[in-house]
Amino acid sequence: MSELLCTEGLARIETVSGRGMITLKGELESRRFRNVLAKALDLPLPGPLSCAFNGARGVGWMAPDEVLILVPGEEVPEALARLRNKIGDHHITAVDVSDARAQFRLTGPGAREVLAKLSPVDFAPARFAPGTFRRTRLAQVPVAVWQKEEDVFGLVCFRSVADYVAGLLVNAAAPGSGVGYFASGG
Amino acid sequence: MLRLTCPYCGAAADETELTPGGEAHLTRHGPGSSDEAFEGYLFLRKNPYGVHFERWRHAHGCGKWFHAARDTRSLQVFGTYSAQVTRPPQDIIDRIAATHPGFDWEAGQ
Amino acid sequence: MSFRLETGGRLIDRGAPRRFAFDGVECTGFAGDTLAAALLANDHMMVGRSFKYHRPRGLVASGVEEPNALVGLGIGGRFEPNQRATMTELFDGLVAESQNRFPSLAFDVGAVNARLARFLPAGFYYKTFLWPRAFWKHVYEPVIRQSAGLGQAPTETDPDAYEHFHAHVDLLVIGGGIAGLQAALSAAQSGAQVLLIEQTAHWGGRAPVDGVIVDGMPAGAWVAQTVAALQAMDNVHLRLRMQGTGVFDHGYVLAHERLTDHAPDAPGPRHRLWKIRAQQIVTATGAIERPLAFPGNDVPGVMLASAMRDYVVNWAVAPGRRTVVVTNNDDAYRTALALLDAGLEVPAILDARDAADGPLPQQARARGIPVRTGRAVVKVKGTTRVKGVGIGNAGGIGLATDTIACDAVAMSGGWSPVVHLWSHCGGKLTWDNTHAMFRPDPDRAPTGADGQPFVHVAGSANGALHATDCLDDAARAAVAAAAALGHQITAQPPRADAPAEAPMQPVWVMPGRASPAQRMKMFLDYQNDVKVSDVQLAAREGYESVEHTKRYTTLGMATDQGKLSNINGLAILADSLGAEIPQVGTTTFRPPYTPLTFGAIAGEARGDLFQPVRKTPMHDWHTEQGAVFEPVGQWRRPYAYPRKGESRAQAVQREVSNTRENVGLLDASTLGKLLVTGPDAAEFLDRVYTNMMSTLKPGRCRYGLMCSENGFLMDDGVVARLSEDSFLCHTTSGGAEHVHAHLEEWLQTEWWDLKVHVINLTEQFAQVAVVGPKARVLLDRLGGMDLSREALSFMGWVEGELAGIPARVYRISFSGELSFEVAVPAGQGRAFWDACLDAGADLGVAPYGTEALHIMRAEKGFIMIGDETDGTVIPQDLGLDWAVSKKKADFIGKRAQERVHMTDPDRWKLVGLETLDGSVLPDGAYAVDDGLNANGQCNTQGRVTSTYHSPTLGRGIAMGLVRHGPDRMGEVLNFMRTDGRTQPARIVSPVFYDPEGEKQNV
Repeated sequence: MSELLCTEGLARIETVSGRGMITLKGELESRRFRNVLAKALDLPLPGPLSCAFNGARGVGWMAPDEVLILVPGEEVPEALARLRNKIGDHHITAVDVSDARAQFRLTGPGAREVLAKLSPVDFAPARFAPGTFRRTRLAQVPVAVWQKEEDVFGLVCFRSVADYVAGLLVNAAAPGSGVGYFASGG
Repeated sequence: MLRLTCPYCGAAADETELTPGGEAHLTRHGPGSSDEAFEGYLFLRKNPYGVHFERWRHAHGCGKWFHAARDTRSLQVFGTYSAQVTRPPQDIIDRIAATHPGFDWEAGQ
Repeated sequence: MSFRLETGGRLIDRGAPRRFAFDGVECTGFAGDTLAAALLANDHMMVGRSFKYHRPRGLVASGVEEPNALVGLGIGGRFEPNQRATMTELFDGLVAESQNRFPSLAFDVGAVNARLARFLPAGFYYKTFLWPRAFWKHVYEPVIRQSAGLGQAPTETDPDAYEHFHAHVDLLVIGGGIAGLQAALSAAQSGAQVLLIEQTAHWGGRAPVDGVIVDGMPAGAWVAQTVAALQAMDNVHLRLRMQGTGVFDHGYVLAHERLTDHAPDAPGPRHRLWKIRAQQIVTATGAIERPLAFPGNDVPGVMLASAMRDYVVNWAVAPGRRTVVVTNNDDAYRTALALLDAGLEVPAILDARDAADGPLPQQARARGIPVRTGRAVVKVKGTTRVKGVGIGNAGGIGLATDTIACDAVAMSGGWSPVVHLWSHCGGKLTWDNTHAMFRPDPDRAPTGADGQPFVHVAGSANGALHATDCLDDAARAAVAAAAALGHQITAQPPRADAPAEAPMQPVWVMPGRASPAQRMKMFLDYQNDVKVSDVQLAAREGYESVEHTKRYTTLGMATDQGKLSNINGLAILADSLGAEIPQVGTTTFRPPYTPLTFGAIAGEARGDLFQPVRKTPMHDWHTEQGAVFEPVGQWRRPYAYPRKGESRAQAVQREVSNTRENVGLLDASTLGKLLVTGPDAAEFLDRVYTNMMSTLKPGRCRYGLMCSENGFLMDDGVVARLSEDSFLCHTTSGGAEHVHAHLEEWLQTEWWDLKVHVINLTEQFAQVAVVGPKARVLLDRLGGMDLSREALSFMGWVEGELAGIPARVYRISFSGELSFEVAVPAGQGRAFWDACLDAGADLGVAPYGTEALHIMRAEKGFIMIGDETDGTVIPQDLGLDWAVSKKKADFIGKRAQERVHMTDPDRWKLVGLETLDGSVLPDGAYAVDDGLNANGQCNTQGRVTSTYHSPTLGRGIAMGLVRHGPDRMGEVLNFMRTDGRTQPARIVSPVFYDPEGEKQNV
């Protein structure tokens, strides 16, 4: 399902299709609610600027009252139903946003540099480690980007700008454009 | 190119990740208010070369509005704090007073 | 003449010749040369004509401060004007051409300006070309532009790539001379993470040229050892060819890296603009030598003493065979000694001071150079090349007592620290009387987010000009920066040794009592052709502020940014005003320190990546069909779908007619869709919409208006109540993000007690409007839902499946026809679109674009945000009073709409307009009224807001805002056309088509 955009240059970049995404808003600052939610999701709830994964399922911290739940696409209806059943009388809003977003994967030691060309976030290994999740700007559009494991980054943007984001990433990963900055401990 | 720490997510946000919202701690005047009060609320803004309380939104981030207390002259940031308060936290007022002796928040309102 | 020496040249590789062309003539240099060095080696001392007077100009400097050797580099798309030959590294095949000359460098027509120089003083253009006014645009400006100005802009597309890079560092050190290297090393050893950048291709700065001894070894060896040590540390990153361009708030620094300028065939981007966040910054940017202001100081062959030393030592190039050195300090004696070392003649050193007895002058005397103290250059012989100098008393009136034949002059007026980067973000300066220079005031540093200084200046940039002081100062700066980062430096810095120097003596005009005629030949700013006499004239004319004088005379403007001219100019101004230099002060140093390319600024944002283009799920289909697109915000929406042989206008007319007669499809995916949920959702919407939303029943839709707190209409759209506590709010296509932000702002900052969530679902759904008398037939064929009049009445919505795709169907109409808007998951949008086309083929189904949409809504008198509104229009102006609740105590904009001006009965209000002859009114045209306003312009009483040719009515229709319009039905107004004539049109109802609404009610 996924489409390979580039293999040469600074990183391997591909689109990721068929992923399910759920936006959930609720009182995440309440410990009681967090416990209920973690149980309903069967995943640990990450704190600010981080994400937690268990295989193909994961949760990213979007805002003090919002998380992004990542599941295989076919599990979305079931996940939504489970949330609605188990959340009790807490005021939540959980909606399927799988179609609203495009997802990318960047792999390789040069992936940080590709991202650092386009975003003002500090992508140094010491400050953007596996488990980090940031919403930021990639050139001129909003994105969320995270590191799932060493040298593997995920990124989501709005569906309408998927071509633009693909173009940005491939351009920034062009062969011969390596900066060599993070390799030196920068 | 300022950098402000979002009090909600803790990220050191680049100015390009933020949108500005002008002066903070305005009191809304709705139907029934006098023309003078409404004018003050809608149009009259402080523009100090010095201590200023501002509204910012972490737009390319967690999306939350927050307040920042900073000095537009020295560029010092005394602190960022929740947008859901009507008065700056005391520790921020104290920090301002440390560099601006005699600073009185209430008097400036 | 200038030529290559037989031996020497620490930066060149004689085994690697490089061919290049200058003004079409093939020349040869070596790898390691700058273009400037190679030009000198080929006896091209004269490299350009000056900006204003077209005087012959030669190389003055060897680095970024070079004012004259600005050349056009490259050809075609790679042509770039105004490049400094001193910063251009030579490569095989380099093509350069001189600038600001016509037809050739040697023979220049514009040089007549030089003879007219006394008629072209400061402010000449301002004073002379004022009248007649019309002449400015058509006569004066084109002529002045032809004769003045620097290089030509390239006309072809730049084929190179550029990019940005964001770096976050503890400590940024700018400048890779001995001060910068030592500061970087000390800080790195203390544990800080360091980025060290250097603008040239070489580490070490001036020290290796000046024969400095560091840590007991020649500076060059110490530099190599230190660079190796830094490279071995994993907390240090080193970059050459990277210019510290500007220092901004909170440690933000722009730096311009030139990656392939010296190797154009190398892969990768040409330039990279670094956007650096540094917690601390050390600027070790060195100092720039000052010229001396003597008559003829711009004749080719007159050069800064330090630059001449650089050319001889670094590139083994002799600027001349016989060089006279003129100075007010000891440092210039190094040049005389270096020239002797290279086997060149130095017939005299003219020292403006009364005595010169330091170690360096003593060395010069010991080697047989005549040192003549208290003497000055009072005249330079030659026009395109120095032929000799006239010598007189330093404090005299300019009489030459004798003449020395020479072909070069090395001048030194002392040194100015490069304080630009310190100053960019608010660092202040202090006057140093000993060295007659401004240097950073440590008590008034730029401050960061913590209120503490974040820029530390090291070495000669801080005024520590002597090598020993320079390294000590660098150590101090490193300690301060490291301490601010929480690190401690314990290691002792190495010691630098160089001969002691006696104090310099300021010399601002040479000779001291020069005549007015001589002052007209003393150039302060070579690049902008500003002379001593110009600054004095400005002072006489009342330009007392240094900032005003700068703009009046152009002193230190443009790319120079005061590098060479600043202090000399200030001193002349201060003298003319009878003030001290610190009282006159200095002009503001603004970024960029040196120019950077537009390519670097743009980075990746060009071509397809210039800006994001938002595409709907059906975008590819539209493209395949040859749709003409128009931008709506960042979206691209089909304007129309012209068929073969059809014009755009014909396509639009066909699309309208087909939709009104058969069935049309509109890609409405771009409409904003905001989900608003929560126990307080209804209350919240009552506050943000002008109408009442809490009374809307689940399953029903309502058209709503949103105003700003200013009362002006901001956005409109249909709100569907999905359940008791959830609503889907449609916004305009360009408005979703803005409206979402507006709602969040009110929820977060004013009404945070409300339990409401807002989620932007715009892109989750593709939306298709199926419109026209056959719309229901088409949808029935897809199967899956009952969309009969009974099952789905007007302004209702239902959910189900159509053609096997989950769908929500809204029965709403923006065209007046029977109309269904169908929302399906975006991923299945294209499949649904295709299914509609298949099912409706025999019904005449065809897509329609935004222009047909606009015409159909105008035929119905529906307003469009952005056409009928412009940020000054309130709902009441548009006859939408029915959508503004009178019952609600409050909503955003309610108080503002109570203001006197908003309730003024004279406000212009919405009406329809039809021309008497059926033609189309010009868009935006104003209706003229009797009389003239205070500016002598026609009074107006209305304007056109939307205007189209209606295929349905076969005539022009328009909407407009007219004073008392609704009360003036039938009246004829005259609208002003762009050709100056007026066009009459009658005021009518804005609803031109099916006023009873029968078409949709089926």
